[in-house]
Amino acid sequence: MPYQRIKFYQTGSFAVGNRLLAQDQRSEQASPGRSNALTCGHRACQGCGEALGARYALDAVHRATGGKMIAVNATGCLEVFSTPFPETSWQVAWLHSLFGNAPAVASGVAAALKAMGRTDIRVVGQGGDGGTVDIGFACLSGLFERDDDVLYICYDNQAYMNTGVQRSGATPPAARTATTQAVGREPGNRFGQGKNVPLIAMAHEIPYVATATVADLRDLEYKAARAMDFRGARYLHILVPCPLGWGSAPADTVRVARLAAESGLFPVFEAEAGQVTSSTPIRRQVPVSDYLRLQARYAHLFKPEENTEVIGRIQAAADRNIRRFGLMSPANERGGSPAPATAISLGRAAP
Amino acid sequence: MLKQIEGSRAVAEAVAMCRPQVICAYPITPQTHIVEALSAMVKKDELAAEFLNVESEFAAMSVAIGASAAGARAYTATASQGLLYMSEAVWNAAGLGLPIVMTVANRAIGAPINIWNDHSDAMSQRDAGWLQLYAETSQEALDLHIQAFRIAEELSVPVMVCMDGFLLTHASERADVPEQAQVDAFLPRYEPRQVLDPAAPVSIGAMVGPEAFTEVRYLAYERMRQALGVITETAADFRAQFGRDSGGLVRPYLAEDADIVVVALGSTLGTLKDAVDELRGGGMKIGVLGITSFRPFPADAVREALPGRRVVVLERALAPGAGGIVTADVRAALNQPQDIATVIAGLGGRAITRKSLRAMLTAAAAGELGPLTFLDLDTALVDRELVRMRAARRSGPSAENLLRDLGITASRIG
Amino acid sequence: MFQVRFHGRGGQGVVTAAELLASAAFREDRHAQAFPSFGSERMGAPVMSFCRIDDQPIRTHEPVTEPDALIIQDPTLLHQAELFQGLGRDGYMLVNSARGFAELGLGEFADGFHRDRLLVVPASSLAMTHLGRPLPGAALLGGFAALTWAVSLDSVLAAINERFTGPVAAGNAAAARAAFDFVRDERKALTIEEARADA
Repeated sequence: MPYQRIKFYQTGSFAVGNRLLAQDQRSEQASPGRSNALTCGHRACQGCGEALGARYALDAVHRATGGKMIAVNATGCLEVFSTPFPETSWQVAWLHSLFGNAPAVASGVAAALKAMGRTDIRVVGQGGDGGTVDIGFACLSGLFERDDDVLYICYDNQAYMNTGVQRSGATPPAARTATTQAVGREPGNRFGQGKNVPLIAMAHEIPYVATATVADLRDLEYKAARAMDFRGARYLHILVPCPLGWGSAPADTVRVARLAAESGLFPVFEAEAGQVTSSTPIRRQVPVSDYLRLQARYAHLFKPEENTEVIGRIQAAADRNIRRFGLMSPANERGGSPAPATAISLGRAAP
Repeated sequence: MLKQIEGSRAVAEAVAMCRPQVICAYPITPQTHIVEALSAMVKKDELAAEFLNVESEFAAMSVAIGASAAGARAYTATASQGLLYMSEAVWNAAGLGLPIVMTVANRAIGAPINIWNDHSDAMSQRDAGWLQLYAETSQEALDLHIQAFRIAEELSVPVMVCMDGFLLTHASERADVPEQAQVDAFLPRYEPRQVLDPAAPVSIGAMVGPEAFTEVRYLAYERMRQALGVITETAADFRAQFGRDSGGLVRPYLAEDADIVVVALGSTLGTLKDAVDELRGGGMKIGVLGITSFRPFPADAVREALPGRRVVVLERALAPGAGGIVTADVRAALNQPQDIATVIAGLGGRAITRKSLRAMLTAAAAGELGPLTFLDLDTALVDRELVRMRAARRSGPSAENLLRDLGITASRIG
Repeated sequence: MFQVRFHGRGGQGVVTAAELLASAAFREDRHAQAFPSFGSERMGAPVMSFCRIDDQPIRTHEPVTEPDALIIQDPTLLHQAELFQGLGRDGYMLVNSARGFAELGLGEFADGFHRDRLLVVPASSLAMTHLGRPLPGAALLGGFAALTWAVSLDSVLAAINERFTGPVAAGNAAAARAAFDFVRDERKALTIEEARADA
């Protein structure tokens, strides 16, 4: 086992439980020597999931690479709140170019390092869901297709938050955004096909793909570090609740992320070369409404009366995820037996 | 070494000798031969560089941005639609101060789609903050790339080397291709002014608000002013080391005692000089001013070459709603009001012939040239479409109507 | 300045032929410029290419509108009237064909020119014989050398050997040499004929 898992019912609280562990088993965040790659003073909102996720991920990468890393950032909340002129909260080498090109710029940095014989320095490209799933999608796919030596991290808060909460390709069905308002016959975002970028990354069969949330710090740290064991294209998709855009309480960010995982709406798993290698099991499935109720972006599903039809469709999607990823089966947990090869069929009919 | 060589090939060989470390490109006519040649050199280990086949021109410029910021010498090439597609990144590169060198194989911008030469692509980016150097010949095209890397890195400003698509890229001409040692002596290693270095981390690309944006932009303006001197010095150094005139700001030809001076950019200058020689033979006092550096615009040099003369500006691009593009810059450079005639020619690859130039310049000498003329315009063809449009609301796509009228099946000769 | 215009169809090596001619001229320390008529790349479409040769540097970039010589690589193009546009009375024409000018329906047309400057050469079949492929460009250049003496046969052969290698180079060179001989003999025969007619 790469690290000691702590189950919260053992501690009776949501504390990460470092004090129960040996030094070398503690999280990077617990270390006084952590890099603070994204250090304090940035202008993120109270309870910002992205600030949390970025700090967790990059400190873990920093430890794994001995600090030999360069970060490339897309335009978005993270870029804006971390570099309010004339200050920067980045303590790593950091480049921001445009909204849609972070993956390509990261490819360029990696190519330069290779040309200069400095492949000991590792590259992280990062952006929000907007810059990754939509406007940066072609560049992301190009990076995957060429297997450029970059870890790309998507901080998914499910909308274009920085510009005022507009809908993105990652916005879930029924969610309220500024461009999918809770009005009319079909309030909130429409039910489309969605765009499952982790699965798309797997379809490129790149060396490593993983999803994580800010609710499980040590899982996230593990995955960021694990990604650095590989060379070539790697993708990490982190669910980061946005109190402002989701209409959740700032203090609820971690809780909401945990409910997303435990309801099955956000499967947490790892994959290598297109095959799922492990998934985080759900001990007790939580009904989606427990998750939805905490967020004002879904308030129209509960008032003036509960919209059982739409909530039912959302529940069905969660149930489907649980089936597809085998999330209720403890055998799929890391260190248990590997996930059955047919678990993720990518939508194709079983042979 | 003297070679009979295709323009694209000459440029590829020159770029390779500049020891670029990252080359990233997306294919577009008529730049393809350049990047194909470079990719083969890299594959055969003749050139030690990383060559990335990217998924779009936007990705190409973005890869160049990342590579340059990480401290590598970066190169890309494009044209026309591709330049537009990467436009956001083109401006970004200049704003970040990254010394990327890019070949623009000048080609018209659609619609209507057109793969042939004019200057509309580079002109569309004239305010992006890049240097724009226009080559008159294949020789100058290859020479300018060598100068471009040095100029770019000295100033920390990206440079666009413009060469006429097909006319220079696909023509085989005689050129002196330098030796590697000569280029090494002329072009030092890239020493970045700013670089992504884990050992000395910096943040590059911050947001800048009203409190400082003007100052950042002023510095860009200032760098362009300095560029005038750097371009001149680099050309002088080039002359000393390679033994020929290439680059610089402007190139006058028989302009000193001329009554009329024709201003132009690119390969048209060659045809112009032939026409001018002929007219001089007939007694006309006419000269040429070639503009090599379009950005920064060499206002002083232009003013010095054109005092009190009649000026004809021959343009291979058009600003609909305004007229000439180069004309505007020429007019701004001149102190007193002067007789300037704009001639729009060669759009979308229409040949600029000596015959047409002679006729146009003869008209200019006789004072018969209006302020704005389209050279070799088929007025009858235009008028037919105008009549069609007046007659019916649904007159159909204009381009298709014109082509049908012409009965085009094969390309015309002249 | 000597200006040549090549006519053919996409895929027949029209551009290569112009480049080889430029290369041959370069070998004679002369300035040369070769370029295609630029169109979308498509097999079988009519294409043109141009070559200028001069002792002075060539500055112009306009198309060749007044060629001194025409090389027609594909006789199926002969019905196009604009093929001959710009060719002066002293001009040369070399057509890739086994049939003579009269047979090709150009008898009347040929009357306006010097009889010994409008010739045919069966370049495609010579290429088939020596190269194994009906690519007539190199052979036509051999014939062109004999027709115009704008470049020497040796220069043409050197250009071929620089551009190609192995059996392709050898085959093209042999075809060029054969075409040179053919055209030289054709000219001799015509000169004798004319002398007889004048006598």
